[in-house]
Amino acid sequence: MNFINAKNISKDFGGVHALKGVYFTVRQGEIMGLVGQNGCGKSTLIKTLAGVWRPDGGTLEIAGQKVENPSPFIAIKLGVSVIYQDLSLFPNLSVLENICLGPIIGDNSLLSRISLYRGKAMEILARLGIDINPDDLVEDLPIAKQQLVAIARALANDSRLLILDEPTTALTRREIIQLFSLLSNLKKGGISFVFISHKLGEILEICDRVTVMRDGSIIGTEEAASLNISQIEGMMLGHALALQKKTAFRSGKEVVLSVEHLSKKNHFLDVSFALHAGEVLGLSGLLGSGRTELASAIFGISPADSGKILIRGKEVRIASVGNAIHYGIAYVPEDRLTQGLVMPHSISNNIVIATLEQYLGRLALLSFQKIGLTVKNWISKLDIKTDDARKAASTLSGGNQQKIVIAKWLAMNPAVLIMDGPTVGIDVGAKRAIYDTIQTNAAQGMAVIVISDDIPELLANCDRILIMHGGRLTVEMPTSEADEESLQRSMEIRSGA
Amino acid sequence: MAGNSILKHREAVLAALVVVLALGTSLINPNFLTLENITDLLKANTVSGIFSLGVLMVIVSGGFDVSFTAIAQVTQYAIVLLMLERTEGNIYLAILAAVFFGIVLGLINGAIIHYYNMPAIIVTIATQSLYYGIMYVVTRGRQINDIPSFFWSFSNAKVVEFTSPAGGTYGLSLITALWFILAVILYVFLRHSKLGRSIYAVGGSRISAERIGFNLAHTTLFVYAAMGALAGLAGVVHVSIVQSVIPSSIVGSELQVIAAVVLGGASVTGGKGTVLGAFLGVLLLAILSNSLTLLRISSYYSNVFTGLIILISVTANAIQVQRQRRQRVRVQIDKA
Ligand SMILES: Nc1ncnc2c1ncn2[C@@H]1O[C@H](COP(=O)(O)OP(=O)(O)OP(=O)(O)O)[C@@H](O)[C@H]1O
Ligand SMILES: [Mg+2]
Repeated sequence: MNFINAKNISKDFGGVHALKGVYFTVRQGEIMGLVGQNGCGKSTLIKTLAGVWRPDGGTLEIAGQKVENPSPFIAIKLGVSVIYQDLSLFPNLSVLENICLGPIIGDNSLLSRISLYRGKAMEILARLGIDINPDDLVEDLPIAKQQLVAIARALANDSRLLILDEPTTALTRREIIQLFSLLSNLKKGGISFVFISHKLGEILEICDRVTVMRDGSIIGTEEAASLNISQIEGMMLGHALALQKKTAFRSGKEVVLSVEHLSKKNHFLDVSFALHAGEVLGLSGLLGSGRTELASAIFGISPADSGKILIRGKEVRIASVGNAIHYGIAYVPEDRLTQGLVMPHSISNNIVIATLEQYLGRLALLSFQKIGLTVKNWISKLDIKTDDARKAASTLSGGNQQKIVIAKWLAMNPAVLIMDGPTVGIDVGAKRAIYDTIQTNAAQGMAVIVISDDIPELLANCDRILIMHGGRLTVEMPTSEADEESLQRSMEIRSGA
Repeated sequence: MAGNSILKHREAVLAALVVVLALGTSLINPNFLTLENITDLLKANTVSGIFSLGVLMVIVSGGFDVSFTAIAQVTQYAIVLLMLERTEGNIYLAILAAVFFGIVLGLINGAIIHYYNMPAIIVTIATQSLYYGIMYVVTRGRQINDIPSFFWSFSNAKVVEFTSPAGGTYGLSLITALWFILAVILYVFLRHSKLGRSIYAVGGSRISAERIGFNLAHTTLFVYAAMGALAGLAGVVHVSIVQSVIPSSIVGSELQVIAAVVLGGASVTGGKGTVLGAFLGVLLLAILSNSLTLLRISSYYSNVFTGLIILISVTANAIQVQRQRRQRVRVQIDKA
């Protein structure tokens, strides 16, 4: 039986046709993967299922019932819950209250009788095998636990379909495995899922069927067992994209940045390495290995306690982000959406905001012509999907917003560029564009650090790879000597072991 | 419900401060800790206390309001004029009319803020000026000294009464009791009613609240209407204490009230704050200004204190949030 039956759905935003006659079904008790390039309409489709958007055309049936007047409330009542990437929890409320709020607003009392629902909530937490104090505030939990709270909340609403929008981006591999086994168990109980991700390996690992979208249309829906990654890529892009290990290595002579015995309590310990002009250096390790913390120290976000940072051989003090930028260091954070966009401002302003002095024309006034050219250049280079750069950044799809942040930092043309998770949430086509940009910049002498746990990505881009474990640098090897398996293994191993 | 240790901690600190300050003040003025003085102090702060309940609700919901003093002022003027028109006016009618009028003005705030999606602080700065300005235009700033006598009886009524050795009477005022009762009602409402919890939820995250099906319009309109109702009531309480309508006597005190609420732990970013905290905040500021007077420190300094308190409370909250965030990133360092 189909739990969701969407027929010929269309949705326009002004002149943008985000959905063009989409047919989409989800069976009861299956995990349906939903993939496609940035801006192809995945989020719009699920927001339509969830009653956030009213479709401009087509019909939607949920649990055999035709939805005439869509709203979030009705969708929840019919059993559809969305677990958005931001999780949409209430950070200031307790775990228990977050879980129970749905049933509480659904009942017909004026009171919030939380004790009535406590038992049910505890039972759900137990069923999910979650070890959390229900009276803790959600804001005090790590992200993986918050996600479990969001799932528990959906179950407390008696949801029959859980839609997960890129649920794995902030999780460690071990947490992902736990999440997947949880989803499989719930599936056996008859619950359906829609699973959105840009990590195609994960899609094939967990999904029963996969629906591929391109440009607001459905390209096809296939059994996952009959697909492989390059077939999905082919459907998404119209051609396959094969990531190949880098073969031409550059090893510049001049050391641009070096770090000696850098330590920070509870973050990392005794880290030393050197970065050369024109080199792309990979920095990897499991989440929680200290790699992001090391980068934040170099960029002055949370400065190190001891050790030295040298720029072109001279020791420098980096106590703030301002210092780091002064020395020509740029940092593209992993959490790009919260740390780098002014949502209500135009796409164009967001791209040039950090580099305004480059666009001064006569009389030291801003030259809008120069700005226009640069913006146009970045939009085409990174394939940012928009019809008008004057529109607000908030009108872009998630992945396209990420591209703007990257464009903003690249426009600075820094001496050292640190990119944390450069392709998280970015589709395979645009990944290629970002990789090309990294290589071109490096060829012109920029020194680049790529932080990633996507091993094929590291192999395809880096000249040398560093691996951290438990706050220490454990491995340093040239990419020419590395392969997927050895890297994967060394990430799990602690130093000296 | 939420085992919010930070707020609990804050309330304990505030309570301790109140005690220390009260003891300190009684060193300068031995009469300070007498029942007579305490009940007087409470009575003098009843208007702020009633305001603080509304401000708490607005701030918890993630909103802001600086127009409540203007609402109180305008309502007060209108109600006194109305009562002077009628021969058979009484305090119940006055309160009812004031609450109604306050709700209307509050709803105007809420509707503009919600339906035009405008920053609450800007909207209420504008409506403060507007409400207050219209009153001035209509009344030409005329003062009213001839107040119906039931107002006086209202502020003078005691719930418990004692006779002092000197022969006068003192005790817990009816209006103070009214403040306490409203505080208890609000406490129960915020903790146990659906609407009360939705105020916290909306203050914690508007988007999340919308996504799980909360009606944001209801919550926003309710909060500003309730603020208006309490402001109207405070206007009546104020005139019954002061015994005259002076058009400029309430407007200007809004920052004091906001400072008390913020000092009580309400977060200006929304989602956090308790009735007990706001109560302690009002109390602390009341004792502080009382002891400043005793020490003959110019009342001009009280503005400096208000500003400092708001700044310090807000920064302290921000620092706490930063520290929490930092504590969450923690790497288990491998032993060599
Ligand atoms: N609120 C909005 N206003 C205007 N345009 C919008 C709005 N939301 C989405 N769009 C447009 O609709 C199209 C589809 O966007 P959508 O967010 O569904 O993409 P997506 O497939 O989820 O992409 P991603 O993988 O990057 O998250 C994009 O062109 C986007 O710019
Ligand atoms: Mg999306």
